[in-house]
Amino acid sequence: MRHQILLALAAIASLGLAAVQAAPVSYTLPEETAAFKPGTNLEVVQNNCTACHSADYIKTQPRGEKFKKDFWAAEVTKMVKVYGAPIEDADVGKIVEYLTANY
Amino acid sequence: MLDRRELMKRAGMAALATGLGSSRALALDSVTLPFDNGERPLVRYPQKRPMIGLTQRPPQLETPFSIFNDGAITPNNAFFVRYHLADVPYNIDPDKFTLEVKGKVDRPLKLSLKDIKKLKAVELVAVNQCSGNSRGFSNPRVAGGQLANGAMGNARWRGVPLKAVLDMAGVQQGARQVTFNGMDGPVSDKTPDFVKALDIDHARDGEVMLAYGMNGDDLPVLNGFPLRLVVPGYYGTYWVKHLNEITVIDNVFEGFWMKSAYRIPDTPNNSVEPGTAPKATIPINRFTVRSFITNVTDGAKLKPGSTTLKGIAFDGGKGIKEVAVSVDGGNTWTPAKLGRDLGKYSFREWKLPVKLAAGAHELKVRATNNAGDMQPMTALWNPAGYLRNVVETVRVTAA
Repeated sequence: MRHQILLALAAIASLGLAAVQAAPVSYTLPEETAAFKPGTNLEVVQNNCTACHSADYIKTQPRGEKFKKDFWAAEVTKMVKVYGAPIEDADVGKIVEYLTANY
Repeated sequence: MLDRRELMKRAGMAALATGLGSSRALALDSVTLPFDNGERPLVRYPQKRPMIGLTQRPPQLETPFSIFNDGAITPNNAFFVRYHLADVPYNIDPDKFTLEVKGKVDRPLKLSLKDIKKLKAVELVAVNQCSGNSRGFSNPRVAGGQLANGAMGNARWRGVPLKAVLDMAGVQQGARQVTFNGMDGPVSDKTPDFVKALDIDHARDGEVMLAYGMNGDDLPVLNGFPLRLVVPGYYGTYWVKHLNEITVIDNVFEGFWMKSAYRIPDTPNNSVEPGTAPKATIPINRFTVRSFITNVTDGAKLKPGSTTLKGIAFDGGKGIKEVAVSVDGGNTWTPAKLGRDLGKYSFREWKLPVKLAAGAHELKVRATNNAGDMQPMTALWNPAGYLRNVVETVRVTAA
């Protein structure tokens, strides 16, 4: 019943707008739930990485021996040099250590 | 745990209150893609059915593969989503939207969406496929979005030829490329904005389109509302979303997303020895030829006897000439019956009745396009994990 009323309201609203103009669109993403694993230097990682992207960017990368320190060092360097991430030199090593230890 | 109806209702209420939104993270379940570290949440976003969540910010959503068995057209609410940069335009007033056409043109333009919709509309069915589609299967694995085969989709696009708009603006002598920028951008001004370029002749080929319609509806927000570039046969990186700036230039564009990113080896089949780096690279361009079985999943148990296999095939615009199927691991091949031809840029459905004796079977499907390009039996490799088009194998047991 309530569902039907809502549908009716929506129909009236869209008809009213369609007659005058296209409706502005407002899109809301679901709440961000991706999180970094706990570990040493977690705060440094949170402060630097999450300004531009969610934590799942890291969690979904390949795992294994070939994807440890060199892999993460290359990724962090890419973030700084290519994407302009304002990461202080002192933090780069900490971030690489954290990623190597936890992912 | 909410049931499906309650979820729908809540999503609907949130949509009324705040636009196309939901205030809750609606993880419904999870799926495991068939490679290491392939666990992904199944997520619900506004305007989308449950999708495979790759990243939350910026949003990247993969299409559950079973949807490709439903038909040649991928529904808007199942179409994959890929962004690079997190400043995505979530509030868009289509009445205030303008497309700017500038640079080496006689008459710079500022067109409203209404202006664009007044121009003669064209429609085209075309596949959009992410350059990184199937990257998770790369061996050795490579960094980047770890996608299975669901970062592709096929839609009927409606819009105007880019050529019509460029002709209105009057391209000047000496023009070499056209660049495309959308409303989405980086969070930091140090990050290169996402801008792509096409050669002037390609931009004026009459097929590249400014699309506002998708499968009879507006573009979903996350697929580029209210206007996106459609570059038939080319990887999705060129299909700039929320397109609002077109610039004609008299040189070759050197922006990061053309000059450094989205490059493939400059070798005969654009591959290198796995694990090695190419000497020279070129911008990624047309799709390689691909085909899939869609109605039987890997590891399935079937009844011995007759069964009909079906699936899809596509390529970069030559059109599919033949799809062949093997039920004996590639020893013998039988041509499948091709479905309705929706155009050379579309998915082409195929089906083939086969007989399976009791036991294990390796089902394979291999497409050939009208240029004679055929899928390879072993996977080609490049450092970015692009262009995957190895003959797919589905292992089943008849018992």
